[in-house]
This record gives sequence, structure tokens and C-alpha cells, in this order.
Amino acid sequence: MPKNHIAGLFGKSPIRPLQEHMYCVYKGIKYLIVLVEGMNTSDEEDIKAAHQAIVEAEHIADTMKKDLRHNLPRGFFMPVDRRDLLDVLWMQDQIINQAKDIAGMVVGRNMRLPESMRETFLEYTKRCVAAVKQALEVINELDELVETGFRGMEVEHVEDMLKELGRIEHETDDYQVVLRNTLFGLEDSMRATDVMFTYRLIEWTGRVADDAQRVGSRLQLMLAR
Amino acid sequence: MEFLSDTTGIYLLLAAVFGIFMAWGIGANDVANAMATSVGSKAITIRQALVLAAIFEFAGAYLAGGQVTETIRKGLVDMQAFSANPMLLVWGMLASLLAAGLWLLIATQRGWPVSTTHSIVGAVVGFAAVGVGMDAVNWETVATTATSWVFSPIISGFVAFMIFMSIQKLVLDTRTPLQNAIKYGPFYLFMVGFVLSLLTVKKGLKHVGLHFDGGMEFVLSIAIGAVIAVLGRILIGRVKLDMAADKRFHYASVERIFAVLMVFTASSMAFAHGSNDVANAVGPMAAVIDVAKSGVMAAQANVPSWVLLVGAIGIVIGLATFGYRVIATVGHDITELTPSRGFSAEISTAMTVVLASYTGIPVSTTHTLVGAVLGVGFARGIAAIDLRVVGGIFMSWVVTLPAGALLSVLFFYLLRGIFL
Repeated sequence: MPKNHIAGLFGKSPIRPLQEHMYCVYKGIKYLIVLVEGMNTSDEEDIKAAHQAIVEAEHIADTMKKDLRHNLPRGFFMPVDRRDLLDVLWMQDQIINQAKDIAGMVVGRNMRLPESMRETFLEYTKRCVAAVKQALEVINELDELVETGFRGMEVEHVEDMLKELGRIEHETDDYQVVLRNTLFGLEDSMRATDVMFTYRLIEWTGRVADDAQRVGSRLQLMLAR
Repeated sequence: MEFLSDTTGIYLLLAAVFGIFMAWGIGANDVANAMATSVGSKAITIRQALVLAAIFEFAGAYLAGGQVTETIRKGLVDMQAFSANPMLLVWGMLASLLAAGLWLLIATQRGWPVSTTHSIVGAVVGFAAVGVGMDAVNWETVATTATSWVFSPIISGFVAFMIFMSIQKLVLDTRTPLQNAIKYGPFYLFMVGFVLSLLTVKKGLKHVGLHFDGGMEFVLSIAIGAVIAVLGRILIGRVKLDMAADKRFHYASVERIFAVLMVFTASSMAFAHGSNDVANAVGPMAAVIDVAKSGVMAAQANVPSWVLLVGAIGIVIGLATFGYRVIATVGHDITELTPSRGFSAEISTAMTVVLASYTGIPVSTTHTLVGAVLGVGFARGIAAIDLRVVGGIFMSWVVTLPAGALLSVLFFYLLRGIFL
């Protein structure tokens, strides 16, 4: 059968794979809550399961990332810049990579949080996960954006969603300040290495929300083009 | 003209066989491009595409195919140069049909994106310039035609861009896109119906015994446009909307409306294709029949309408025997073109091609469609377009012209050797 030239004209849309990648990232990220809950109740099973789930999600996301990159050769004419798209993909991947590092550190050092931080840290983690969820929802609007040609009402709608994402990320910053203050007060009562790694845990968890917001800002750049 | 009597039958037979072969090839392959966008966007099924294509290819060829046929038949070559020996034209046109048909066959097998229009024009110009003499070619018409190959995709791209932008403004970027799609959709149908029927009525209906003038063509075109718009509105009203699909993708219902509208644009694409591309087979055939029957150059004679009919039937046979498989394959591959995009691209292509048919310029429907798709792409409407394929398509005519010409010269000398 002869190949057809009109059919060849249409490349495979990168939008759907990008959304699927982000969904995979989010599914992994959700286990951060299970992980922190496991730490708070000292439930080894939960911690292990969460770690496993996150590592698995990271692995799948990695494969998806490579697939998408291979399917996006130069010479494609797209409504979004090829580089922007690859940047977003890379940032999405950073989110799940960060989660993998967090889970790895918690499991590897058998970490437990000080009693007085536990409640706040769980809330903090939930907000970080919420930021990723919001980023996922923004990415899910990409096909609607393509449908409207990146114009009009849909753009306004997405910009509102991006504002919400910014707000959530800001909240996580506030939590981070509170947590650091609490930890600072506890420094003398803790092992120095534990203090060090707890600071690191706060920072890394915060990065999950930061990266989620960076996905959003990158998308904002696409809208502005 | 005694020597003609023995060979006239042979020439007529050869002309008919080569002409139908060419028309069959057009129907088998080329039409797929026109219909596959509609099948790919799930607007119509393959069976419906076949029926629509058969009806409207036929209508386009028969009602509006005359002008381009004239150009291929006697516009590209200078008829004066053949008056001394009309047989040169017979051999040349037969050679052109054979060359273009063969080149298409080779190209299709290899998967090269060549156009029937480019092949036949290259072939006709080739035999005339090399076999007869540089003076035998009407270079002015050739230049106009070549220029139109550059401009037809550009014009159709621009029109598609404008149409898609207007759809965004009126339908997609509004608070109630679904209601607006239902409201404005029929207006687009009116526009297509009006433009196509106006261009057709103004030039083409004499040979079917209808003659309009003094503004009557406007009245008739408005009436046809209105009928199509009303028909579209009725069909839209019967669409069952799936609210669950709207949850997943907010524009699912809107696209279903456009899918219905695409039935009409697909038909107009088939009409446009028939009006322009049937000439590639029929033009040379008509030239041969003219000379072979009368023995002289009949510059004044019109294309006999039964010849157009033969061409149209050839296309439909090609469609029925082979074309449906191509449409199925291609339609399966085109999934990224949503109905609102396909609608914009097809409207613009149909109008551009029919305008070319009206002025008698042979253009490539496929290239015009590619231009339109790019136009929609420029409005940021399509997720990914492979520019390398675009480059390949537009490069192909550079190769096709000399290839068609070379083969045609070869066959010309061969036929002259046999019959002289």
C-alpha cells in the first residue's frame, strides 16, 4: 500500500503523552503522603510500600520521557515551541525524581520526625502534593488550549489555574518557615546528623512544590508567545 | 484525409484506454487525499466517503471540469505549430497520457508524493518542446500555470488561516461554543455553497443545456447556498450530544457539530477535485479525439461533454476498485486533525481549487490542501505538523516536471516511429 502524504503531514501530537507523563508523576507523588504518615506512625510497611510505589512511578515516567523525546524530532511545526515542551517534560520529571530522592533518604536513614513537627509536616506534604495536582490539572488543559489555538477564554481560565498554583506554592513556603523555626528550637535536643537531614527533608519536600510551580511558569511562557 | 481512416479507430481506442487508465489512477489514489481528512476526523465513514466522492467527483468533473480540460487540451501548446501536421498532436497527447500514467504508477509504488497535475503538464510541455519545437509550447500559459502552483497553496493557506481564526473568534473562544457552533456553522456552509455554485454556474453549465445571465446566476447561487445551509442546520439538529465526553474534553460536543458540517466540506472537496483533476485525463483524450476524427486542428471546438463523462466515470471506477482502500488506510492515519480544523482546511481548499478550475488553471488539489493545513497550523491550531513531509511534497514537483517530460518525449518518438 502506498504511503500517503497528507497522512504523513500530521505528526503524533506530543500533548497527550506529556499529560500522561504528568499523570504518572502525580500518581507517584501522592505516595509522599503515605510515606510521611508511615513515618509519623512508625509503620515500616507503609514506608516501604510508599518508597516502592514512588520508585516504580519514577521508572515508568522515565520510560515515557524517553519515548516522547524520541517521537519529537526536529522539523515539527507545533503550536508550542519544541524547546518549551521538552523543558516542561524535564521539569515534570524533576518532580518525581525529587520524590524518589526523598523516599530513598527516608528509607535509607530510617528517618523519623520529632514529635512536635509531625502534624505540620504532614500538612506541608499534603500542600506540596496539592501543588503537583494543580500542575497536573494545568497540563490537562493543554489539549483545550490547542483546540482554541491558545487564545481567548481558555487562556484566561488557565491563567486563573496558574494563579491558584502560585498560591498553593506560596502556602508551602509559609509551612516551610514554620517547620524550620520549630526544628531550630529542637536543634539542641537532637543528634546533629538528624538535624541536618531533617532540614534537608524539609527543603527537598519544598522542592516538589517549587518544581510543580516551575512547570506552571513554563506553561505561562508558552501562553505568552 | 484518406490515411486517417485505417488508423482513426486505433487512435480513438488508444485515447480512450490511456485516458481511462489515467482517470482510474486519479480516482484510485488522488481522491483519497481529498476524502481522507474527513474520514480521519471521524466525520464520515469510509462507505459514506465513497458515495459522496463518487457523486461529487462526477458532478465536479461534469459541471465544472471544462475549463481546465481546455487548458490541458490546447492551452499549454500553441495550436498553430501543429496545423501543418496534426498527427504530431495526436502522438504527443497519447504519449503524455502514457508518460504521466506510468510516472504516477512508479511514484505511487515508491511512495513519492507526486501530483497528477504536475505529471501531465510536464508531459505535455515535454513532448511539445522537445518533439516538435520550443515554439510549439505556449510558454505564457505554462508560466501562469507554474506560478499558480506556488500561489494556490499560499492562497488556500491564507484563506484557511482566516477561516480558522474566524471560527475561533465566533465559536471556540466564546462562553457558549456549542450554541455558537450551531448558530454560525450554517453560515460557513452558505459561503461554500454560494462560492462553488457561482463559479460553476458562471462558466460551466452551457454544455448541459443550462444558461444563466443577467444576475440570475447570483440568485441561483444564493438559493443553492441557502438550501445547503438549511440542510446543514437540520443535520446539526439531529446530532446526539455526549455530555460525558465533554467532561474529559470540553470541546467534544463542539467538534461533533463540526464533524457533521464536514460532510458538506468533504463533498465540496470532491467537487473541487473533480472539477480540476479530471482534466488531467480528459484533456489529452479530447485533443486526440478531435484531431483523429476530423483530421484538422479544431481550435474552436468545445470539449464534447461525453468525454468529460468518460473521465468522470473513470475516476469513479478507480475510486470503487482501489480508492476506498487508500481512503481507509489514510483515514486511519490522520487522527490529529479534529473536525474544526479539517472543516477550515477543506473549505479553503475547495474554494481555491474551484476558483482555479473557473479560470482554467490546472492546480494540484493535494498541494492546495497541504497549504490549507499549514494555514491552520499557523493559527496554532494543530498539535504537530511534520515540516519535512511538507518539504518533500513541495520538492516533488521539481522532479516530476522533467520526469514527466522525459517519459513523454520517449513515448512520442516511439509512437511516431510506429505510426509514421
